[in-house]
Amino acid sequence: MHTLVAHSAILIIAIPLLAAFLTPLISRVSKKARDILVIATLVFVEFLVIILAKDIYLNGIHIYTLGASSPSLTIPEHYMVPVRIILEVDAMSIFMGIISATVSLAATIYSISFMKEETGGDRFYTLLLLLVVGMLGLEFTGDMFNMFVFLEILSISGAALAAFRTRFADALEGGFKYIVISAVGALVILFAIGIFYSQYNLLNIAALAQAMQYTMLDKIALALLAMAFTMKLAGVPMHMWAPDTYSVAPAGTTPMIYIASQACLYGLFRTCFTLYGVTLNTATIGWIVIIIGVLSMFVGVTMAVHQSDVKRLMAYHAISQSGYMLLGVGVGLAVLGNPEALASYGREAMSGGIFHIINNALYKGLLFLTAEALFFRLGTRDLNKMGGMCRNMKYTSIFFIIGALAISGIPPFNGFTSKLMIYESVYRFNPILSVIAMLVSIITLASFTKAFQAAFTGPALPQYKDVKEVPKPMLIGMGILTIIIIFFSLFPGLIVNSIVNPATDALINQATYINAVMGGL
Amino acid sequence: MASLAFWNPIACIIAFVVLVAIIYLFRSRGQKKYKKGTAQTQIFLSGEKPPDAEQRHIRAHNIYWGFFQALKQYYDPTIKAHTGIINDYIIWFITLVAVTAVILFIVWLT
Repeated sequence: MHTLVAHSAILIIAIPLLAAFLTPLISRVSKKARDILVIATLVFVEFLVIILAKDIYLNGIHIYTLGASSPSLTIPEHYMVPVRIILEVDAMSIFMGIISATVSLAATIYSISFMKEETGGDRFYTLLLLLVVGMLGLEFTGDMFNMFVFLEILSISGAALAAFRTRFADALEGGFKYIVISAVGALVILFAIGIFYSQYNLLNIAALAQAMQYTMLDKIALALLAMAFTMKLAGVPMHMWAPDTYSVAPAGTTPMIYIASQACLYGLFRTCFTLYGVTLNTATIGWIVIIIGVLSMFVGVTMAVHQSDVKRLMAYHAISQSGYMLLGVGVGLAVLGNPEALASYGREAMSGGIFHIINNALYKGLLFLTAEALFFRLGTRDLNKMGGMCRNMKYTSIFFIIGALAISGIPPFNGFTSKLMIYESVYRFNPILSVIAMLVSIITLASFTKAFQAAFTGPALPQYKDVKEVPKPMLIGMGILTIIIIFFSLFPGLIVNSIVNPATDALINQATYINAVMGGL
Repeated sequence: MASLAFWNPIACIIAFVVLVAIIYLFRSRGQKKYKKGTAQTQIFLSGEKPPDAEQRHIRAHNIYWGFFQALKQYYDPTIKAHTGIINDYIIWFITLVAVTAVILFIVWLT
């Protein structure tokens, strides 16, 4: 077990990567064996993530240096700086890793039934596993260039998955838009990395953070990185690609592409807190993040309530919910240079924002799956054509209600807990921001009331009298997320204390991240 | 998690269960002697024949119509800005990068 823990960081990336390329080969022998391989891979990744998380919470940052005689040997002999590829997994990285692994597993189980009615299953699962590799690699890497590489893997596989149902014109359009914005974003990130390399001859995040001078070029690099990651996480006004892409992605891949966007949120936080830290004018960049967060919350929810396409409605809500995370963490960033304010409410705001990431991943993932279940059975995403589905799809209705109540911040669901933390702490920073956040929550409830009324209630429509509940694997996928939502709702204190607060502290304590690699050099 | 000290989801669940039990108690005391499939269980609309199920169902586009009308001045330009054209998406991105860089530069000067 000790050896497994020691190598877990690289295994979490390498195993799905290997499985991704084994999938098409095994698919030629047996489709069932392929499905088992994919699920077994993701179950094992989940297991590795859990044991790595336990190790990190007990022993601190986990370092893995590729090609070194010992994984913890970050700086080779006769060198002053790290030059090898290093994975640096702290409490924030593993927090994101838990989200990525869990949602991917639930979404993949959900996809099995869907893929039985589609062709190209081997390519689908290859892309799906590559998306997992991209997400986990981006979250675990301690190197800017590798962050770019994993972002590319994530973007290419995500775009191909979005466009997977090539028989639909809007799927091709959604995939095309995703790859264009991803390519532009990645190019800009590569340019920012070039700026760092030209100044410091470094690519390692910890080494760069230690050397950071916050020159004019560093400011340009910050603007490039911050906005590229914000576009990838669909922050307003760079959000318009998200409804086009999320609404067309098949089966369980929509939550996964959405979680991939959350990985870019991690990229933004890692850049602001760890790479730059207190060297930058945190109040300025913090307010920029807050403004984008507030815009995302408000524009996202007001556009969502106007939609008639159930998946576009969900997509706009995804944008709106990202705004809460940006608001909470943005407040923490704005007061990062003020220890008193940080201790008083900044850390709480950050914890609220970070807690909201995992809560949102769960209920938003569940809601995307319920929307796809409706499409799977009815063949339409148009809410105007739906009605009375609570008679035919009882379990899906219950899952939808739980997801809708959670996202709307209705007690006792987990969405309420993280939103409450954000409201309370942000109120102490600026009451108006807190009031806007509450207003957005009310409109969210109104929007999901509309969606539920249109799709699930009302008289039984004759054209849907033969519609049945979705197959069991799809119910299991939704059930896994529902059980976790209920657990998080019942024990929010346990979750906040055990995984959220350590993630917050990992972001705040830049020195710990630097010292883990540089060893106090 | 000091701020959540007053928040207890278990108490909320217990309150919900008690509420459901009270509702069930009221419901169980209701009329049980009605006959299914007769006029007693049909929709009554002042003696008129009720419309078909499709016409009875309130569709999504009818919900919150008044809200959208009241906020027309907000919705018209906001929807118009969502062109669906990828060129526009990239223009927004370039604009935001430029604005952020300028803000950081101005703050650095002051």
